[in-house]
Amino acid sequence: MDNGDTGSTFQDQVIEIQGLTKAFGHHLALRGLDLKIRQGEKVAILGPNGAGKTTLIKVLATIINITSGKVLITGLNPKDNAEEIRRQIGVITHQTFLYGNLTANENLEFYGRMYDIPQRKKRINEVADMVRMTPRLYDRVNTLSRGMQQRIAIARALLHKPTILLLDEPETGLDPQATSILWEILNVEREDKRTIFLTTHSLERGLEIGNRLLILNQGKFAYEESGQTLSLADLKQIYQHYSGIEV
Amino acid sequence: MKRTILLWISLALMVTALYLIFVIAPIERTMGIVQKIFYLMVPMGWLALLSFLVVFIGSILYLKKRSLRWDILSYSSAEVGVIFTTLALVTGSIWAKPAWGVWWTWEPRLTATLVLWLIYLTYFMVRSFATEESRGATFAAIVGIIGFIDIPIIVLATTLWRGLHPGALIFQGGLDPTMLLTLIISLLTFSTLYALILMQRISLKNNEVEIKRMKELSQPFN
Amino acid sequence: MKFWHQVISITWKDTFSEIRTREVISSVLVFTLLVIVIFNFAFGANQETLRLVAPGILWVTFTFTGVLSLNRAFIPEKEQGCLEGLMACPISREAIYVGKMLASLLFMLIIEAIALPVFAFLFNLPILTLPMVTITILATIGFVAVGTLFSALAINTRAREMVLPILFLPVMVPVIISAVNASKMALSGKPWSELASWIQIIGVFDIIFLVVSCLIFTYAIEE
Repeated sequence: MDNGDTGSTFQDQVIEIQGLTKAFGHHLALRGLDLKIRQGEKVAILGPNGAGKTTLIKVLATIINITSGKVLITGLNPKDNAEEIRRQIGVITHQTFLYGNLTANENLEFYGRMYDIPQRKKRINEVADMVRMTPRLYDRVNTLSRGMQQRIAIARALLHKPTILLLDEPETGLDPQATSILWEILNVEREDKRTIFLTTHSLERGLEIGNRLLILNQGKFAYEESGQTLSLADLKQIYQHYSGIEV
Repeated sequence: MKRTILLWISLALMVTALYLIFVIAPIERTMGIVQKIFYLMVPMGWLALLSFLVVFIGSILYLKKRSLRWDILSYSSAEVGVIFTTLALVTGSIWAKPAWGVWWTWEPRLTATLVLWLIYLTYFMVRSFATEESRGATFAAIVGIIGFIDIPIIVLATTLWRGLHPGALIFQGGLDPTMLLTLIISLLTFSTLYALILMQRISLKNNEVEIKRMKELSQPFN
Repeated sequence: MKFWHQVISITWKDTFSEIRTREVISSVLVFTLLVIVIFNFAFGANQETLRLVAPGILWVTFTFTGVLSLNRAFIPEKEQGCLEGLMACPISREAIYVGKMLASLLFMLIIEAIALPVFAFLFNLPILTLPMVTITILATIGFVAVGTLFSALAINTRAREMVLPILFLPVMVPVIISAVNASKMALSGKPWSELASWIQIIGVFDIIFLVVSCLIFTYAIEE
């Protein structure tokens, strides 16, 4: 379902998936997915539990290998250029990737080194400020509330200024304050050229963030729409139809 | 077709081998008729190693190619291998009693065989520990590779550690040509037997996998 | 060069984390000392017997120590998905292996550095000699080379704490045999030439398994 731009060059396509299949033993988590995402698009993937959302994110984050099909991220194949791809990707999931007995600052320092960030100290202060965690920067992560931990996780994902953000149900387990900060940041990100790929349970947020919506069910894309034209009520109906789940 | 030919060949070899062992081969001076278990023991040990070599190769190919058939090869060979290793230990023990007066001794090759047996065991166990089958196959492949590479080092260490082995005793005076022939025929017989059982096991495993796959596909989406 | 920067970062992160909590080192250290003492009760009547069983006791103790500390190597990475976080970083899987391996090595060497003098004191034996130290370092490298691989494998299984020792011990047999025998000779004051073959076995094991484990590591953590 190509939205017009037939003249789009290869460089425009920041994520390209063809026939993506992932099997865990006999269980097919992803069944032959096709998707093309251009730079700057905000894509929201909706779907029930077990649909394959997390698996899809992990494939794009190059954490998992695929069984068959083709995946190209910024035109690169994860099999050959994984490290190059990872430099461009920021990942936020419901797990924070943070080491509990280190401080927020130490965590950010560590990942800063992993991503080889220039002017590390300055950048850490920048992202800490972005997520409004500067006062708690030198506290151990396991003394922070879940919401605060997630904020540091977001800071971590933004450290290396990735061009692609992958978010896997990031709002899970967050209190209202943390949730609103999360979406605030994402809305800010929404304004710039960054590509956002988000999986979520929340239809509202999906509509809000995404200019493209897909419903994933049992490893297949069941539905796709450009979000601008859809109302929440419509979306609820459609979602229920395709996933069999009442919202 | 191939398997039937193999069956007949191994049958013929087995008959020849048995004839050679019990009728033709001379009775050894010091040990008497019990020495004849030597013709079983050595092939068993050889097969234990050969099986693990196949496991090793299958494991590497599975990790590289991710094709289930290599895992099936490894798994089947491991099953056959662990049985032969067990038999090697048993025949070794039966040898040990009249030879040295004890059921078990920590002499190098017996010890190394025991460690190999344990490694085989861990090969199977790690599969059951995994959260799902494909992961189990990967882990088993890792064990297969590490285990096989370890074998020469194990043999080296255990040999340096102790001294005796019947091989040393027998080969001291050079092996009587008839005995040598019997041994070689026995080795060939068991190798053919290995190939036969392996092929049988692989085809059985293939059927199991097929059935499982059909079950998975026929199940309604959950 | 960047590879080594990343490796050192990982090693340092582990070390630093341990310095801060001191939880693993204290428990493993206490365990080690307890084991030595208990063995003493199990075997030690007279100095003669002790001299005979000492190398065995030492290496069984260090084997237990190895299992305990290696079991803990990847647990912090499992919480909050940190291992996956690392896998999403622009570093090679090999860098993760080497980083964790060096951290475990450092950790075990520290414990051994404390345990050996205690051993020497309790058993009244010349432990702190160059041969003994060499044997200990080499054997420990062997432990962490294979142990890091199996530890990573183990966190992805169900019976986590049991998996590592079950996989690890049969493979370590040649190292344990060699370490015990070399130690026996070292404690009796035998010259280097006699220990040489044992030490060579451990050395060969180390090199081979450092390389092989590093190469296979990616399969232990990826799905």
